[in-house]
Amino acid sequence: MTIETKDKGIVYDVKGLNLWYGQDQALRDINMQIYKNQVTAVIGPSGCGKSTFVKTLNRMVENIPIVRIGGEILYHGENIFDKSVMVEELRTKVGMVFQKPNPFPKTIYENVLYGPKIHGIRDKKVHMEILETSLKAAALWDEVKDRLGDNAYGLSGGQQQRLCIARALAVQPEVILMDEPTSALDPIATQKIEDLINQLKENYSIIIVTHSMQQAGRISDKTAFFLMGELIEYDDTSKIFSNPAKKQTEDYITGRFG
Amino acid sequence: MENQMKAVISHSAGTHSQKDRHFTTNRKKIIQRVRWNNFFRRLFSLSTVFAIGALVILLFQVWTDSVGWLNPGFLTRNLSIFPEKAGIYGAILGTVYLMLVVIPVTILLGVATAIYLEEYAQKGSIASFIRTNITNLASVPSVIFGLLGLAVFGRLLNLGSSILAGGLTLSLLVLPIVVVAAQEALRAVPGFLREGSYAMGASKWTTIWRVVLPVALPGILTGGILAVSRAIGETAPLVVLGIPTLIMRIPKSLSDDFTALPIQIYYWTLDTVLTKEYANLAAATIVVLLIVLFMMNSVAIVIRNKYQRRF
Repeated sequence: MTIETKDKGIVYDVKGLNLWYGQDQALRDINMQIYKNQVTAVIGPSGCGKSTFVKTLNRMVENIPIVRIGGEILYHGENIFDKSVMVEELRTKVGMVFQKPNPFPKTIYENVLYGPKIHGIRDKKVHMEILETSLKAAALWDEVKDRLGDNAYGLSGGQQQRLCIARALAVQPEVILMDEPTSALDPIATQKIEDLINQLKENYSIIIVTHSMQQAGRISDKTAFFLMGELIEYDDTSKIFSNPAKKQTEDYITGRFG
Repeated sequence: MENQMKAVISHSAGTHSQKDRHFTTNRKKIIQRVRWNNFFRRLFSLSTVFAIGALVILLFQVWTDSVGWLNPGFLTRNLSIFPEKAGIYGAILGTVYLMLVVIPVTILLGVATAIYLEEYAQKGSIASFIRTNITNLASVPSVIFGLLGLAVFGRLLNLGSSILAGGLTLSLLVLPIVVVAAQEALRAVPGFLREGSYAMGASKWTTIWRVVLPVALPGILTGGILAVSRAIGETAPLVVLGIPTLIMRIPKSLSDDFTALPIQIYYWTLDTVLTKEYANLAAATIVVLLIVLFMMNSVAIVIRNKYQRRF
């Protein structure tokens, strides 16, 4: 089973996922498979559960005390809710970028090396290598290489978000979750992040929540449409946007609601 | 263009014809309200003047009493029954020693308690019960802490009226202040910084140590300094502990008997009936104590202003 899913390049296999915030059910019986080295976009109107879904993939959602979860999510064949799985380990393999850029109030250098340091890498030479490769991969190196010792909050919003991507890349994850990473950014910064996502998918599997259907259309290979906590449709992005199978999907992408 | 403007104006005026206006301004009432406003402004500024005035009178009186008595010799000489030869060297050292106990004990215990309550404790009824009572502890009179110190540290642990007993008693007294200040500082650390750390695979403790505490540190320090300056000025708990009236010996270790600045002020003031010049000595000591306290509070304010972060 494990070998089979690996062969197909399946990163996540979500099976019968249900999630409640107290009494309110936020996710209803989600079944989907997420593939390797692809950009998977998650779209849907506000409150449809798309953010909740993505935060479940690295179990960040459990930081909210009232959350209850049913079903399973297999990550490379292993159920992430299994007792033997440590969230700390899962989250080093599955990085995350948030809606609002959230660098630490430390230097650019310290931000990128936060992950490697907490995971026990002490060698200064390795630090410098990680620093350069991560910042280059996040297309930020040229802009900050002369001021690595400056506080991250001196950067622009777009630069801060790329720094957060670099910070996530520094621990060499396999998957990067992005929760509306461009919603707080201007169009030019958004463009840069989108270009970056296109480059990153060669080496990473990316799951991105977006409220912009144009963005989903531009950057993703697969698109999942959520509505009221249910996965309505999940298919190739080209198919979803040209010939959706479900009426609700068509209504949403043509702007009839949401 | 002008015609258009006129048209717009007349149109907007026309939407509310005088007839269907139900809102009318009453000039008399407005004048009355403005008068009330002026009255309250004067009343409140008078209150401020009163507070500052009291402080100025107090400082002036203390200062005039101390003039001529406050000199370098006063700071470096030890106690004497002759007012001209008396100094507060022993009391200064006693206060410094006290702080050597109070600062580490309150900061360590206070911050640890705050971290537990804010970061680890389940948000349940027990935790909120504890929180409420810590806040209540902060308003318990200091004499009562003195009695507690006497019973526990003085008698039970047999520390007598040593520096250790005094320091621990003062620590208990100001601990709630540090806990509350540290809790507020921790709560002010934005959640998205914690999330950023957790998402990197950091454990709770790593997140607290590397992200939360550095951000909360200025707030914790400010609260800590204010608490310590309160401890420096406290007299009642030390009096209850039975700090001896006249100590000629300079304390050398934490288990020695001692005197402290506020205690010295207290006894000299008491003995003014016997020796008139003691009033001047007390005033000079008050000036020293006030200068120390003002300096500490200024440092706290500077830290708070300098490191206040916006995200």
